Amino acid sequence: MTAPKTMPRLAIEDLSAISLRDGNRPILRRVSLDVGLGEVHGLVGESGAGKSTIAKAILGIIPSQVRIAGGKIGFEGRDLLTLSGSALRAVLGRDIALVPQDPTTALNPSRRIDAQMTDGLRLKRGLSAKEARLRAHSLLEEVQIRDPDRVLASYPHQLSGGMRQRVLIAAAFGLEPKLVIADEPTTALDVTVQKQILRLIRALQERHGTSVLFVSHDLGVVAKICDRVTVLYMGKVVEQGATAAVLAAPRHAYTKALLAANPRYDRPDTGLEPTPPEVITALRAEIAAFDAGSGEARDG
Amino acid sequence: MLLAVIANRAAMALVTLAGVAVVVFILLRVVPGDPVAMMISPGASAADIAALKAHYGLDAPLLVQFGIWTKGIVEGDFGTSITLHRHVTSVLADRLPATIELAVMALFVAVTLGGGIAIVGTLLRRTPGEAVIDGLNSVMLAVPDFIWALALVLLFAVALPVLPLTGQIDPALAEGFSTRFYLTESVLTGRFAVAGNILSHMIMPTLALALPLAAVIVRLLKQSLKEAMLQDYVLLARIKGFGELRLVLQEALRNAIGPTLALTGVQFTFLIGGTVIVERIFAYPGIGNLAIDAIINRDFPLIQGLVLLFGLIFILINIGIDLTVAALKPRLRHA
Ligand SMILES: Nc1ncnc2c1ncn2[C@@H]1O[C@H](COP(=O)(O)OP(=O)(O)O)[C@@H](O)[C@H]1O
Ligand SMILES: [Mg+2]
Repeated sequence: MTAPKTMPRLAIEDLSAISLRDGNRPILRRVSLDVGLGEVHGLVGESGAGKSTIAKAILGIIPSQVRIAGGKIGFEGRDLLTLSGSALRAVLGRDIALVPQDPTTALNPSRRIDAQMTDGLRLKRGLSAKEARLRAHSLLEEVQIRDPDRVLASYPHQLSGGMRQRVLIAAAFGLEPKLVIADEPTTALDVTVQKQILRLIRALQERHGTSVLFVSHDLGVVAKICDRVTVLYMGKVVEQGATAAVLAAPRHAYTKALLAANPRYDRPDTGLEPTPPEVITALRAEIAAFDAGSGEARDG
Repeated sequence: MLLAVIANRAAMALVTLAGVAVVVFILLRVVPGDPVAMMISPGASAADIAALKAHYGLDAPLLVQFGIWTKGIVEGDFGTSITLHRHVTSVLADRLPATIELAVMALFVAVTLGGGIAIVGTLLRRTPGEAVIDGLNSVMLAVPDFIWALALVLLFAVALPVLPLTGQIDPALAEGFSTRFYLTESVLTGRFAVAGNILSHMIMPTLALALPLAAVIVRLLKQSLKEAMLQDYVLLARIKGFGELRLVLQEALRNAIGPTLALTGVQFTFLIGGTVIVERIFAYPGIGNLAIDAIINRDFPLIQGLVLLFGLIFILINIGIDLTVAALKPRLRHA
């Protein structure tokens, strides 16, 4: 795929963040990335690289112990970081939706699926209770749930993990947002279910023309469904480009190592482990040099 | 399952009440002081005293006295009050409604006030407002009902005399009632001026009973709500664009309320116990106030009846809690 020529859907520029928890340690180091219209952009990196922090910054849910130290998050010509609470609330749910990582905790245990799927449609799409219910029904059919009525009447604990993730995906895409953020949407699922969910996200994304920021720690997964990819290490972008190009000719030693580790689709945790120590040492030196150079990340 | 719970609790209730009956019966007769001693004039002869004791059946062996009492209970006769010369059941039936109205009102105020403050405190979390609420709440937690009663008297009857100090209703208005549920009846029959008069009498005792319970509710519910607000499903709802109040009410409250509900039930029994002193302070004509008179006069049959009644109320409240918690369980299983 080629890079989009129009203005991107989401344009993150020089986003920096620090952790107030341990001595203002940098979490994000001038991260820039674009998600084009109708593009699936993969954000890869090992655990703690800062992927979720980027997602949270977009969604305005940065934890109290994390501070955004600089940068912009451009969306529709506005910087999401500077929006007021109510302006951001207007955008969230209508233009931006989230597919969360863990479907077991992302649904309210004491509310029926029906209520949890229709509330957003009523709030953000102005549907009546009846219209929202019909819409939820057809959305569940769209994510290949065979008995939508039973699922709608269920409490979350009555559904399997894969089923719950389908519900959450249906709810996210059902809001017809322009951008969906999927933060490791398959990590908590069984291997067999993972593939179905990935196919589902890609299918929905194509049908609705949605832009997706797809977060994963697994380059293999990202390779399967992303048009472009950004590789993150310790909050710093180490490689960025069209997925095919990056896979064919990785420029950075770290990416090469990730690929050489031959990440296995069915065992997502194995891919990132065996990065050679010399690659890590070199990367850390690179990051230390960056911190010393940029100055901003260290003070305070 | 629910039926099994009820049957189980009913059986346990009977055993508990029987135990309470034995204990109070023996205790009254072992502890010094009896009704006769309270009645006789200073110069009474030993023969007079013996005659009076015989009259009230207090000269028989303990076991025989107990047998007579329990036989009466089985037949629905709880004895006759020595000081009031009326059947214990009819005295209690006269006085219980006032206490029920007071206790239910206090429970309602405590839940509304405590729940409301807990929700506001949750909305204000991590702001100076929360610190203010926490500070006031820890003071409120330390103040017992009778201190509230005295403080309220000083405030609303002495410093700013706007509320009637004692009683349940202006005696001139206490006419034409067909039940003893004065407040309920006056509201249902549309006599709102009378209801207003009753309410003005109830404000101080209600608050005295409600404030300590409200403080407990604030502490626990706010804690649970804050925990619930950190859950992923609240985060997801926030990302749908719901405002904070909606998040608290729609997402957090139902998952947070379990522990508070259970504790409120337990604390409600303490509140009922608190009616004894609070009704006394405000000369409110309920069973709590009656209990103090009965004890002062060593009115054995009345004391026994009152203790059984309090025991029954506590047991009913506990069964109510169990049923509520059981009913909520399927939904809270994964909370
Ligand atoms: N609530 C928090 N407070 C302070 N630091 C945090 C918090 N959450 C995450 N971090 C730090 O931010 C860094 C990046 O975390 P995260 O964005 O969750 O990584 P990823 O999603 O890539 O696994 C980690 O080093 C983590 O310790
Ligand atoms: Mg993460």
